[in-house]
Amino acid sequence: MFKKILIVAFVTMLGAGITGIKSSPVQAAGDVAHPASQEWTTDGLFGFFDRKQLKRGWQVYSEICASCHSVRLLFYRNLQEMGLAAEEVKKIAAEAEVAAGPNEDGETHNDGELIVRPGKAFDKIVSTYPNDLAARAANAGALPPDLSLMTKARVNGANYLHALLTGYKDAPSGFKMSEDMNYNPYFPGSQIAMGEPLSDEGVEYADGTKATVDQMAKDVTAFLIWAAEPELEDRKRMGVKVMLFLIIFTALLYAVKRQVWAKLH
Amino acid sequence: MATTAPDTGDDGTRRDFIFVAAISATAVGAGLAVWPFVNSMNPSKDVLAQATTEVDLSPIEEGQRITVLWRKKPVFVDHRAPEKIAEANGTALSDLKDPQTDADRVLRPEWLVLIGICTHLGCIPQGQRVGERLGDFGGWFCPCHGSHYDTSGRIRKGPAPKNLAIPPYKFIDDTNILIG
Amino acid sequence: MSTPTWKNPIVQWVDHRLPIVTFLDHAIVKYPTPRNLNYWWNFGSLAGVILVVMIGTGIMLAMNYVPHTSMAFDSVERIMRDINYGWLIRYLHVNGGSMFFICVYIHIFRGMYYGSYKEPRELLWIIGIFIFLAMMATAFLGYVLPWGQMSFWGATVITNLFSVVPFFGEAIVQWLWGGFSVDNPTLNKFFSFHYLLPFIIFALVFIHLWALHTHKSSNPLGIEVQGDEDEIPFHPYYTAKDAYGFGVFLIVFLGFTFFAPNFFGEPDNYIEANPLVTPTHIVPEWYFLPFYAILRAVPDNFVDIWGILPVIIPAKTAGVIAMFASILVLLVLPWLDTSKVRSAKFRPTYFWLFWLFFIDTIILGYIGAKPAEGTFLLIGRLATAYYFLHLVIFMPLVGKYEKTKPLPDSISAAVTAGGPDAKEGS
Repeated sequence: MFKKILIVAFVTMLGAGITGIKSSPVQAAGDVAHPASQEWTTDGLFGFFDRKQLKRGWQVYSEICASCHSVRLLFYRNLQEMGLAAEEVKKIAAEAEVAAGPNEDGETHNDGELIVRPGKAFDKIVSTYPNDLAARAANAGALPPDLSLMTKARVNGANYLHALLTGYKDAPSGFKMSEDMNYNPYFPGSQIAMGEPLSDEGVEYADGTKATVDQMAKDVTAFLIWAAEPELEDRKRMGVKVMLFLIIFTALLYAVKRQVWAKLH
Repeated sequence: MATTAPDTGDDGTRRDFIFVAAISATAVGAGLAVWPFVNSMNPSKDVLAQATTEVDLSPIEEGQRITVLWRKKPVFVDHRAPEKIAEANGTALSDLKDPQTDADRVLRPEWLVLIGICTHLGCIPQGQRVGERLGDFGGWFCPCHGSHYDTSGRIRKGPAPKNLAIPPYKFIDDTNILIG
Repeated sequence: MSTPTWKNPIVQWVDHRLPIVTFLDHAIVKYPTPRNLNYWWNFGSLAGVILVVMIGTGIMLAMNYVPHTSMAFDSVERIMRDINYGWLIRYLHVNGGSMFFICVYIHIFRGMYYGSYKEPRELLWIIGIFIFLAMMATAFLGYVLPWGQMSFWGATVITNLFSVVPFFGEAIVQWLWGGFSVDNPTLNKFFSFHYLLPFIIFALVFIHLWALHTHKSSNPLGIEVQGDEDEIPFHPYYTAKDAYGFGVFLIVFLGFTFFAPNFFGEPDNYIEANPLVTPTHIVPEWYFLPFYAILRAVPDNFVDIWGILPVIIPAKTAGVIAMFASILVLLVLPWLDTSKVRSAKFRPTYFWLFWLFFIDTIILGYIGAKPAEGTFLLIGRLATAYYFLHLVIFMPLVGKYEKTKPLPDSISAAVTAGGPDAKEGS
């Protein structure tokens, strides 16, 4: 009896200890507003991608965010895996220009101009800037981070992103703003270099959905969840099958164990 | 050591079933578990994405040959002039070490698409660029050990055992082919 | 020719020339084991299985990982995205590492509770501590390889610690780095060592098992095996029990792998290493947190607070000494514990002290994740002091003065007499 109490207490303490370590993320205390929890189709044991939402999210990314933010870990062919038709992917890729590589004479440039070719499905999604320094130069010294892994690179990434995108407001009185910065209570330090990127009807959705700021924030965040974890659906589906197998398998092994030990007296 | 109770007949079959079920489940589980590891060694998605090469034929003049890369291998595309086609058709099969008609080697007679690797020991035969040796049969010549290929890329003289290989390809339209 | 021991002629032919089948029969099938082992005894075999899983997944990852600073981060992402089931192999490896430490920590605490390290198993325990040290080195090296922000800065902080070595400190650090900071030469050599160490662990485990088989397992009662009735053959009893334990373990392990693969990780490590930007809080992986807390707990001039010593020991040096001491002190635990009784079951005072010690390590772990300031630092210092107090002061004293409960006559007596251990296989 006592042993059982101890075991329960032990597990509870362990759980509390681990939760304590994991739940209070190591951020500067008090500075940052806690993001509200949204519902994402990817949440939970049976999480899945809403492909229509991903297409909308791609539209928001490519029409608004791509002007400054790269997604350098994505290839155009990944958009087909996301749910766009092969022909559409080919078209999107071909709209971009990619370095053609050395020609027969070994030249990469023609009169100082990079020789280019239209993009193909196997090319990486082209970014606006060739490197970080160029990105900083074009953004008053601030670097717009790459978004390929953003939802994994921040604590509570998806909810954080949504809160950040919808959280712009006027600075409270008495709060000293630095020059050219914008107030956002969700960003560490509450000042962010990026101006508010989303405004109502900022894009015209191909599927006719009303493009409110909240809708666009949800869609682009869902897109970024996919961008960071394209394997998510497969992973969770496989996980459910594996868990079912394991629960039955372990029950079977327990039966074997009991059977074997029953022989002993 | 402590001994076990003797088997009672009735429990025997139920016990066996549980053991058999457990061992089979383990075997199945192990097999299912091994598959992802084995499959991870198959060509990855980025490799598969570059498994095909599209070639635009429109800039290739009659009589001109170009070399493209397909799966990092050289592929010869030859826009054959009528004399070359006639030569290829006019050869008797008995003259060939690896008998194949020209018709079997092309989709359209004016376009010959070959993998540019000598079937002897893997060198790249000459004949693609102006000024290179074409060999005694007007096709390609491999300088490594002296294999001569004809205007259909078939081996005529020298140590190579087989004709230059034809890669899988198709015409997307009249001026574009997709190799692979 | 000796009389054949095996019925199958092929088996007999091989065994007569290389007695591997006889060896396995002796070591795993007939091997006498106390009949009263409880589930806390499963964790040794689990750790062994996890080691094999780690080596297997690691070798698969090494097929596609590139240990160069310009490609490391991207090669890991390529594994995640483009290699068939690459994400699965990577997540198995990362979560397997956490599982490995969970199982080994439980295994160590089991040893501390039941006095498994006591005579004649002192060397078994010591080899185990060396395995633990090798595991920590391997895990540290492995965490650098993805070349994220925590990889880089964790490597910078820990390699910098070696500068506390007198006279040679700076030279040692540059030797470790292969340059003037953590950079490509560091990454390359860390990859090489990360690949090497697990096989050294494998060899240490073999020696650990050899030592174990010499005097065989201890048991929850901590009393010696007295007769045949006290023992049962390892197969089928403990093979079946270990298999069941493995099933439960897989549920936990694969539960994390499939549904919470980044639970044990740090989001900052999904940002590529940037030598010019330090993360706001550098945190090691959870299994290092208690030691990280001890490292940062020691105040400046601690050893010289009364101005007696001719040399002032800076906090950094004292911290490094305290951190290594916290593990090395475990090597002499068999001698720090003076009790004649092995199992805490019969040591009512030590029982409470053990649990206090356990809570203390949890507190240290919690503190390790917090910034080293204010209340956190105070608690960290108290918890560090208590850690050493328990091991160096309490253990020897309790062992000597404790009033222990009477031990049962034998294992089989305790098990069959309807006593607390009568429910077997628990």
